[in-house]
Amino acid sequence: MLPARARRPALAALAFAAAAAAAGASSLATEPAEPRAPQRLSETGLYGPDGRLAATVERFVPQYPLWTDGARKSRFVQLPPGARIDVSDVDAWRFPTGTKVWKEFAWGERKVETRFIWKATDDGWVFATYVWNDAQTEAVLAPEAGLRNAHEIAPGKRHSIPAVDDCLACHGLAPSPVLGFSALQLSDDRDPLAPHAEPLPPGALTLRALVAQDRLRPRRPEWATTPPRIRERDPVARAALGYLSANCGGCHNDRGPLARLGLVLLHDVARDGERDAPEPARATAVGAAGRYVMPGLAPDDSRLVAPGDPGRSALLHRLGSRRPSSQMPPLGSVVADAEAVALVRAWIASLPVAHASR
Amino acid sequence: MSSRRTSAFVTAALAASAIAAHVTTAAPPEASATAADPVARGRYLVKVMVCNDCHTPWHMGPNGPEPDMSRELSGHPEGVAVTAPPALGGAWQWAGAGTNTAFAGPWGVSFTANLTPDPETGLGRWTPETFVAAIRSGRHEGQGRPILPPMPWPMYRNASDEDLRAIFAYLQSIPKVRNRVPQPIDPPAAN
Repeated sequence: MLPARARRPALAALAFAAAAAAAGASSLATEPAEPRAPQRLSETGLYGPDGRLAATVERFVPQYPLWTDGARKSRFVQLPPGARIDVSDVDAWRFPTGTKVWKEFAWGERKVETRFIWKATDDGWVFATYVWNDAQTEAVLAPEAGLRNAHEIAPGKRHSIPAVDDCLACHGLAPSPVLGFSALQLSDDRDPLAPHAEPLPPGALTLRALVAQDRLRPRRPEWATTPPRIRERDPVARAALGYLSANCGGCHNDRGPLARLGLVLLHDVARDGERDAPEPARATAVGAAGRYVMPGLAPDDSRLVAPGDPGRSALLHRLGSRRPSSQMPPLGSVVADAEAVALVRAWIASLPVAHASR
Repeated sequence: MSSRRTSAFVTAALAASAIAAHVTTAAPPEASATAADPVARGRYLVKVMVCNDCHTPWHMGPNGPEPDMSRELSGHPEGVAVTAPPALGGAWQWAGAGTNTAFAGPWGVSFTANLTPDPETGLGRWTPETFVAAIRSGRHEGQGRPILPPMPWPMYRNASDEDLRAIFAYLQSIPKVRNRVPQPIDPPAAN
């Protein structure tokens, strides 16, 4: 897979406005004019000469993992030594040039692909993914169009290696292209009910560690004492809205092109300090009439989230669908997340019907 | 002799032009429309890329089937119910409705979109970037569900940004038509 912006200038420009202008502007004659992902994963800096994880690479685990058909994931980040993350916009972190992030996907013990995001220049990111060989000794750059049905994950269900267009559909239009490395996702106030929550491995990077190691600007000491969390008292609501923020908020936020839809599922850390500030998902989805109408229902009966009535809630229907025209998220998964569907159904069922008048 | 031949030639030319006048309903678009006037360029591209064939509903006119230009580019009419696809098999794998705005095939039933600038049911809230992203990615809104056959986005995605933006500029200039196109119908075999 080649650098996204090399082939998709129009779409890439949405996320990286000045990237095209910067192409070829390198001041170092030894560097290529257009940064490109290496041909092999072993050339990206993830591993040291001994084949083990490089010493400068750190693990992290988002508290609300993205569902990918039950894949076992391992995530790694390499921040340039001494560089700091600009968190002046608490909901859209800006990473130092040279930042590299990897995510390894495995089913069972079989590693299938490792995705790679690299901030190669001051204003441009490179997206790539690497496909593991059968011997599990190396992974090579995937073709631009991806690889359809590359690996069977369940009877009749196969995982596809994403195309460049697929990468950008989620990462290219979000407030930050690194979706799982944010204040909420790295918060030390971790949600015990988060679906598919993963234990923190020893030494994993968390928000408190970033503050303690002085790797954020501004410093945000409050994140060590009162870590961000979903603003819901009920544990089920907290977990459900956290899940929606992580799995849907990359597109459904109030900053990207889909802001005009009015459905905001991305948690906003900026409002954490406000008394009684509602979660965006509660404010924009509950009782709202979406554009999608539930099959078999009149438009007036269909709601994004119908309080107390999961059967009229299009959000839940689409979360549980894997039909091409209705599934959500629209790509990246071929099996619905049954645990999350049950959680979101329980949350909707618990909502007082009085919300219907919103 | 010479004058007779000239006369015959002129007569033939007049006849050809009369036939042409009979079969065309409008002057040919300006092929010279350039990016200097994006709306004119977009109008030209929309005509030669046959957008009207599917996005304008067809009806029976005095000379046979023709696009209903009072509903120009407004997609499948919401009042025309298409529920279940017809039975298909053998060599016949897909079918189109008489309006040429609904199509049944292995993908289920697809309906052509309302491309007019109506804010609620058309592209009124889209940006040029959304339009370019949708054509390039083959996804609704540039990031949603797949855009279904027979929309030839795999060919149109090869158009330049300039041309795609010109098309969008023209689409934003045509009359709004309020018409809520139905959602696609999934194929029975999907799970």
